[in-house]
Amino acid sequence: MGHTLAEKIIGNRIGREVKVDEFVIAPVDVLFAHEGTGPLALDQLEVMGKGKIATTGLFFSDHAAPPPRKELADVQRRLRSFAEEVGAEFHQPGTGICHQLVAEEWAIPGQIIIGADSHTCSAGALGAFGTGMGSTDVAIALALGKIWLRIPETIRVEIHGQLPKGVYAKDVILHLIGYLGADGAIYKALEYGGPTVDAMSIEERLTLANMAVEAGAKAGLCAADETTREYLEKRGRVQDYQAIEPDPDAHYERVVELDVSQITPQVAFPHFVDNIHSIEEVEEIPLDQVFIGTCTNGRLSDLRVAAQILKGEQIDPRLRLLVGPASRQVYKDAIKEGLIDIFIDASGTILPPGCGPCVGVHQGVLAEGERCLSTQNRNFKGRMGNPESEIYLASPATAAASAITGIITDPRTL
Amino acid sequence: MEKIIQGPIWRFGDGISTDHITPGRYYHLRGDLSALAKHTLEDENPDFAQNAKPGDIIAAGKNFGQGSSREHAALVLKERGILAVLSPSFARIFYRNAVNVGVLPIICETEGFQDGDAIRIDLAEGQVTNLTQNLVHPFSPLPPIMREILEDGGLVPHVLERGGLG
Repeated sequence: MGHTLAEKIIGNRIGREVKVDEFVIAPVDVLFAHEGTGPLALDQLEVMGKGKIATTGLFFSDHAAPPPRKELADVQRRLRSFAEEVGAEFHQPGTGICHQLVAEEWAIPGQIIIGADSHTCSAGALGAFGTGMGSTDVAIALALGKIWLRIPETIRVEIHGQLPKGVYAKDVILHLIGYLGADGAIYKALEYGGPTVDAMSIEERLTLANMAVEAGAKAGLCAADETTREYLEKRGRVQDYQAIEPDPDAHYERVVELDVSQITPQVAFPHFVDNIHSIEEVEEIPLDQVFIGTCTNGRLSDLRVAAQILKGEQIDPRLRLLVGPASRQVYKDAIKEGLIDIFIDASGTILPPGCGPCVGVHQGVLAEGERCLSTQNRNFKGRMGNPESEIYLASPATAAASAITGIITDPRTL
Repeated sequence: MEKIIQGPIWRFGDGISTDHITPGRYYHLRGDLSALAKHTLEDENPDFAQNAKPGDIIAAGKNFGQGSSREHAALVLKERGILAVLSPSFARIFYRNAVNVGVLPIICETEGFQDGDAIRIDLAEGQVTNLTQNLVHPFSPLPPIMREILEDGGLVPHVLERGGLG
C-alpha cells in the first residue's frame, strides 16, 4: 500500500516502512527553541550533564525582541552564550520569527524538524515533517539527535477551485478550522493537496501549514514540487531540493474536499480559533487595533496585499495599525517595494521583525475592553496580554480594509 | 506513581489553552516557577489560582492544553501539586509535556463532573470513579513508551536511567 507524506518522510528518515499508530525513534535534522522555551531546554540539558548537542540547533529571539524587561534580556543572553559554547546558531532580536527563518534558511523537503514552539508545523509547507514539542523533548533531542514519534493518521485536505477576489490562503485555513474544529485533527497529520494548493506560492502554503495546529494537528504537510524548488533556488539552496509527494494509493483516515471558489473572507471571533464567521454575517464591530504580521501572515505577499488596500488611504484615527514583517529579509524587500512607505503614510507603525504583540508580551498589549483584528493564528482569552480584551482573526486584506474604516470590513467592498 | 489517586476536582470547560493556564503576560516569570504557578488558570478561575491544593485533580472538557507548546503549562500544574488531569481529549503537545514532567493526563469522559466532586483514579484497573456523582468511566492506558517515562518520573530521568530513548 502507498504512503501519505507523513509516513513517507518519517519512513525515509528511519530507513524502513512505517505504519499508522506505530511508535518509532527517528533522527532529527533541525531542532530549535526561542527565548520562551529555550531556557527550560537548557535547564534539562544541564540536569543531564550535556555540554554538547548532537544535531543542528537553532536559538531564536523573536517572542520578546528586542527584550522589554531584564528577565527576558537575561534569557536571550543565556541562549546566546550556550549557542556560542556548543556551536549552535543564535539569532539576535530583529532577525525575525523562528518559523519564517526556518523556512527561509533551513527547512529542506524530507527533513524531520522539531521546534519548541507549536507552530513548527509551518515547515510542512516545504515538504518537511515539522512538529512542535515542549522544552524537555527538544532538550532530549538536542542531546541524542533523536526523538520518539507516533506515526499519525492523515487527513487529506483536497482543495480545488480558484480563490475569489478578496479571498486568500488565510480565509481557506480559517474556513477549514471552522469545519474541522479546534480538536478535529488531534494527534493526526493534515495533508494539503489538490489543484489550488499546487497553484499556491510557498508563502501561501506556509499560512496553511502554520495553522494546522489550530485544528490540533501534529503536522500540516504539502508536497515538495517545482514551486518548492524555485523557492529554494531563490535562496541559494537549490542543492537541498528533492521532490516529495504522497503515493496515489496512500491510505487516509478521511479526505476533506474543499471548493474554495465558494468561500468568502472569514473571521475568527473571540475567544476560540474555530469560532468562524463569514464576513457577510459580521455586524458592525469597532476596532482599537489592527495588527498585520506574525508567522501566519507577515510575509512579503501578505504585506503587498495590505499595502495595495492602504495605498493613499488613512487609517481610522481611533485605532492603531501595527505592521510586523516576519523577517529581516521580508522587511528589506518591503522597503524596496515601497510597501513600508505606504503603511507609514497611512499612519501605521512598523514593528521590528518578530512575533510582535501576538503573544501578549510587548509591542501592542490591549487595554481593557479593547478589540483587535489581527492576522495572527490565535485569539484565546488574554492572548495579547489582557484577558479583558477581544481578538478577531482574519486575512491581511480584511485587516487592511478594517484599519481604514475602523470596523471589521469586507475587503471586497473597498 | 501511585496506583490509586484520590482527590477533589476543579472543573474546567472545553478548549482550555496553555494561554489560559500560563498567560503570556507572565512571560518574564518563566524562570521563576513558583511565582508563575501563583497565576495558574487565573483568567479562567481565580479561585483555583488562589486555593488549589496539592493532591487536587483537574477535570476539564475536550481539547485540554491546546495552543502554545509552553511546557510551563504542565510544570505549573506539577508545582501546584496537581497529580492528574482528566479530559475527553488533550492537545498533543500538552499531552507529551504532562508525561515528560510527571503529570498524569487521563483521557476519559468528564460530562456531569462538578467542582469539588471526589474522584478516585485506579491506574491498575484503568477506571475513574466520581464518588460524589456515582459515575464510573474506563480509560485506556498510556502508550507503553509514555507509561515508562511517567513511571521513571519524567523524560529526563527516563533517559538518564535507561541510557537513551527506550
